[in-house]
Amino acid sequence: METQTLIFIFTAITFLIYGIIAFKTRAKSTKDFYIAGGDVSPLANAMATAADWMSAATFISLPGIVSFMGYDGAVYLLGGSGGFVLLAMLIAPYLRKFGKFTLPDFIGDRYYSTTARSLAIICALAISFTYLSGQMRGIGVVFSRFLEVPIDTGVIIGAGIVFVYAVLGGMKGITYTQVAQYCILIFAFMVPVIFLSIQLTNNPIPFLGLGSKIVGTDVYLLDKLDGLNIELGFGAFTEMKSSVINLVAMALTMMIGTAGMPHVIVRFFTVPNVKDARISVGYALIFIVILFISIPAIGAFTRTFLIENLQGISYANVPEWFKTWENIGLISFNDINGDGIISYAKDSKVNELMIDKDIMFLASPEIANLPNWVIALVAAGGLAAALSTAAGLILVISTAISRDLYKNILKKGQNINDKKELIVARLAAAFAIFVGIYFGINPPGFVMETIALAFGIAASAFFPVIFMGIFSKTMNKQGAIAAMLTGLIFSISYIGHFKFLGGDPADYLFGISPQGVGLPGVIFSFIAMIIVSKFFKKAPENIQKSVQNIRTP
Amino acid sequence: MKNEELYWKSNLKYLFILIPIWFIIAIVVPIILADWLNQFRLGGFPLGFWFAMQGSLIGFIILIFIYVRLMNRLDKKHHLNK
Repeated sequence: METQTLIFIFTAITFLIYGIIAFKTRAKSTKDFYIAGGDVSPLANAMATAADWMSAATFISLPGIVSFMGYDGAVYLLGGSGGFVLLAMLIAPYLRKFGKFTLPDFIGDRYYSTTARSLAIICALAISFTYLSGQMRGIGVVFSRFLEVPIDTGVIIGAGIVFVYAVLGGMKGITYTQVAQYCILIFAFMVPVIFLSIQLTNNPIPFLGLGSKIVGTDVYLLDKLDGLNIELGFGAFTEMKSSVINLVAMALTMMIGTAGMPHVIVRFFTVPNVKDARISVGYALIFIVILFISIPAIGAFTRTFLIENLQGISYANVPEWFKTWENIGLISFNDINGDGIISYAKDSKVNELMIDKDIMFLASPEIANLPNWVIALVAAGGLAAALSTAAGLILVISTAISRDLYKNILKKGQNINDKKELIVARLAAAFAIFVGIYFGINPPGFVMETIALAFGIAASAFFPVIFMGIFSKTMNKQGAIAAMLTGLIFSISYIGHFKFLGGDPADYLFGISPQGVGLPGVIFSFIAMIIVSKFFKKAPENIQKSVQNIRTP
Repeated sequence: MKNEELYWKSNLKYLFILIPIWFIIAIVVPIILADWLNQFRLGGFPLGFWFAMQGSLIGFIILIFIYVRLMNRLDKKHHLNK
């Protein structure tokens, strides 16, 4: 069958599955809409968390980043997984015990302050919108490459699908579609990786294949790849190239940011009790790590194939897939020395090959000559990854508007019935999707920076406030407000200064790039919190009692 | 001391041990010591590279499950496992 027909069938089947789930999981109350009724099994919640966490960028860009950067790419894998330990030990169980629906709920109640609640809403919206804009673009890109529709049309189709189950089912609909999406995306990712692993190393387990010898030789794959990379001037694949302090700052920003991400934290409000919240974080990390430890495998495999198939090859004899991707401008050959032979090197005076890193995974089935249903599978998987993350973010935005802003601030003290609040929540979800479509069609041309900003704010504005809200009984509202303001302002100005206002990298604070902004941010935020809190009264008695209460299951 | 306070003290004690271990697994071994560890090998992997790409990630999972076990036991001991 035609590849295009297969892609169409696979995508249609997955959309049908999402539609059926959406219909079966309609939200009947705000509890359904905000926290999926609060009775999701820890295993289902873990799958949903994993799908939520792994975005289009994880699925499509990370293999390419590792493929091109080698060791340095590991910072994204460490950063994307290490935070779950903090979440399990310092955050999730206590917030589950607190038993409310949103993160601003916790911050507003714990710090007995409408100002703190409003700041928390601003931070939650800033994080979710910046993160969402990258996701919507990802949906459009996957659609356009595989279904051959314009990117904008792709964004609208994708948003339409999310609209159905997010507006109808809220958290409940999102949770169960994410479970399905996890299954689809992990299968879609592992199949091509396993095929490649067998072809190259004869080992069907990719993360072991990475450390194996190349088929029919006595040479380890990584040694061979190190050699090829050094020969072309890129430096050994397995060695560090950037500075240690910057990698440490980036990793810690992502890890601490994970533990302060509203769309991740709310997932653990949906399980029945504290014990389930703890174990659910553990399961979620297993589901994530299965994919993460296979990423360096696909990165190394595709890099090896790429160099072997293209370096020193005559342009007239390039493989079929080269032409496909050249047509859409993601690979290009510029014959500098006019000899008709591709020369690939780090040195820009010699290099004649330009490759967009995002195609490394998408093109892997073609590079390795895999059957065309694998290509269709990868398309469905990429969409599952993008849709699941977008839906999780849309939910945070809608609850921040309907519950935190509308119910708890604008209509404070009034009795809003559940039906009415549910309608507002649905309208807010619809609004969030339209904003998402706008960002998808008019993307900020700086997706990586906006994601760095999201992690920076989550780490520096949210983490210290949540942490101290649990581990200190007496921390007061003034301290919390100071901490959130410090984190928010510092992250925005640091990234703004160096990314948009032409700041000189030589002026980086301790040599930390904007992607590592969370590390200084979290330190400043803690300092501001502790100093400011000393000047004011301790938290009142009833708050201290409620903190005591969330400390036991 | 009250039952709840004793429970919290034990929890803090676990965290004082486990969070530094987390830092070692997350930052010290895979980043700070990576270059030095790369002189050793684990099969076809340079050791520092292996920790950064796979070993530390598996370490995180083990750490969470150790904490979960400790806490489940603690819940029982203090009769807080409803």
